[in-house]
Amino acid sequence: MTVEKIKLMQGNEACVEGAVAAGMRFFAGYPITPSTEIAEISAAKLPRVGGKFIQMEDEIASISAVIGASLAGKKAMTATSGPGFSLKQESIGYAVIAEIPCVIVNVQRGGPSTGMPTSPAQGDVMQARWGTHGDHSIIALYPSTVKEVYDTTIKAFNLAEKYRTPVILLMDEVIGHMREKVVLPREGEIKIYNRKKPTVSPEEYKPYKATDDMVPEMANIGEGYRYHVTGLVHDEFGNPTNNNVTAEELIKRLVNKIENNIDDIVEYEEYKMEDAEEVIVAYGSTARSVKSAIDILRDRGRKIGLFKPITIWPSPKKELELLGKNMKRILVVEMNMGQYLLEVERICRKYTEVKGYGRVNGELISPNEIVSFVEEG
Amino acid sequence: MTNYLIEKYYRTERLPHIWCPGCGNGIVLKAIVKAIDNLNLNQNEVCVVSGIGCSSRATGYLDFNTVHTTHGRALAFATGIKFANPKLHVVVITGDGDCAAIGGNHLIHAARRNIDITTIVFNNNIYGMTGGQYSPTTPTGDKGTTAPYGNIDPNFDLCELAKSAGATYVSRSTVYGVNMITKQVEEGIKNKGFSFIEILTTCPTYYGRKNKKGNAAEMIKQLNEITINVNAYNNLPQEKRENKIVIGELYKDIREEYTEKYDRLIKSF
Repeated sequence: MTVEKIKLMQGNEACVEGAVAAGMRFFAGYPITPSTEIAEISAAKLPRVGGKFIQMEDEIASISAVIGASLAGKKAMTATSGPGFSLKQESIGYAVIAEIPCVIVNVQRGGPSTGMPTSPAQGDVMQARWGTHGDHSIIALYPSTVKEVYDTTIKAFNLAEKYRTPVILLMDEVIGHMREKVVLPREGEIKIYNRKKPTVSPEEYKPYKATDDMVPEMANIGEGYRYHVTGLVHDEFGNPTNNNVTAEELIKRLVNKIENNIDDIVEYEEYKMEDAEEVIVAYGSTARSVKSAIDILRDRGRKIGLFKPITIWPSPKKELELLGKNMKRILVVEMNMGQYLLEVERICRKYTEVKGYGRVNGELISPNEIVSFVEEG
Repeated sequence: MTNYLIEKYYRTERLPHIWCPGCGNGIVLKAIVKAIDNLNLNQNEVCVVSGIGCSSRATGYLDFNTVHTTHGRALAFATGIKFANPKLHVVVITGDGDCAAIGGNHLIHAARRNIDITTIVFNNNIYGMTGGQYSPTTPTGDKGTTAPYGNIDPNFDLCELAKSAGATYVSRSTVYGVNMITKQVEEGIKNKGFSFIEILTTCPTYYGRKNKKGNAAEMIKQLNEITINVNAYNNLPQEKRENKIVIGELYKDIREEYTEKYDRLIKSF
């Protein structure tokens, strides 16, 4: 690949680089460790590309402004960490039901509550999935290298636009603050997806009428297509309704437009899986330790590999099921007390043994610790 | 005139509205629509944003770009919309609970920024949608379902709050004087900055009934009795000013608008 530039970058910086490359022209945020650099770098970069940055009065205002900006036609993002992610949850649900593309970054730190602000954790995996109330599906991505942060942020915007849904980009303190060499692609090499615009006149436009892929066409505010946006259950025109049939159709469509497109949404990486008899499932910074552990274990003769979901939600069910059928054992290693373990167990338990290893003291899980767990467990 | 306004600016298929008989919200809404008509704004460039509550349901009936958001957050959504596309005329419709309680922080900061949003508060002194709980504007001593022995909270003067926070147009009117509402909304929209308009309206169903205020017509008459125009008020001796609510244009200022300031920054590169 011919390259434009090679840069030494922090994860949080790569996130902004990727976002701007994907077309982000609006950022609203609130300072919170360890995500603050994303706001700082956005503040510096956006006005230089004609974009807008605003520091809002709180986390709720930030996600609300982001949703507003997206309705007005801008690709928009906010970034936060655990406490702020909790505050944003109600509005994330609004973006789900009103089908407004946006990206929410959560650079995880130790919790609950103020927890350990400067330490890594992976305790928000389930909050990403179920943080907002009500039945819904969600897309959550989780990179584990700085280059992957760049690529995954672009992917987050593309999926948000394609499926008209909020997309959550999970990181952890280590990924956010780690510096690595990144080879940035040339502009033309980046695949960008933009929301589908109306193909009919304003008179014929139904803002919430699903097309074949279950995703309605989206007119931006100010383009002549006047319609109503609401967090209430609504009909094809966006008008509120309590009709039971309409309600069920809407909620099922919102879930199915994601669940039925899992193959398009799911991304994962496999490491040394060719002849593996055992697999470790890990994501984010933990997956890096697992890779080292696998190298050590391989040297000692164990046929073991890594399955690293980059798309955490919806979970890669098909791939996990296959692992369940083919592996003697599945181990889930994560910086929490077994959140993704629940999902892997749900899918794989009926086929094979599933065991989890977790850590919640604010320290990364070391390769040696993983080696011991595999050898002793 | 009314039919013309209804046909041009309402989603007539959405009518009748959900508001109770005697509710003042319809009076306010008509006055707003008339102001927009008087200003001859392009409907496609008007965006009306609301929060949650009785008054916030107004957006569903209006034929503009309408966004019915989450409770208290209308101003934060509106800030995103206006900042993303400064060409839009952004009007926020909110209630006393939505604006002054759960959304109070957003009010302060939108005013501080002087972003060009016209905020219209339908103040009926009560949470109507949930059945009559006391709000930050329920007068001290008055009753609500959560203040069965009388409200002990001091009530907010929202106009003073908006002015102190940095709004560049602040006014108050009541549903007794519809023309004053229309005039104020026009001025608010014309003001290039954050405009705050508090409109005292009536909730006979909950606030009125809980506090024995009589029927809708009597309540509207009372609004006239407890209010005084700002010019008349200024001429009153101090001892006669007590317990009067001042209406009219209360404050005006000229300060650079937020999105224009940011656009200057963009152009500087």
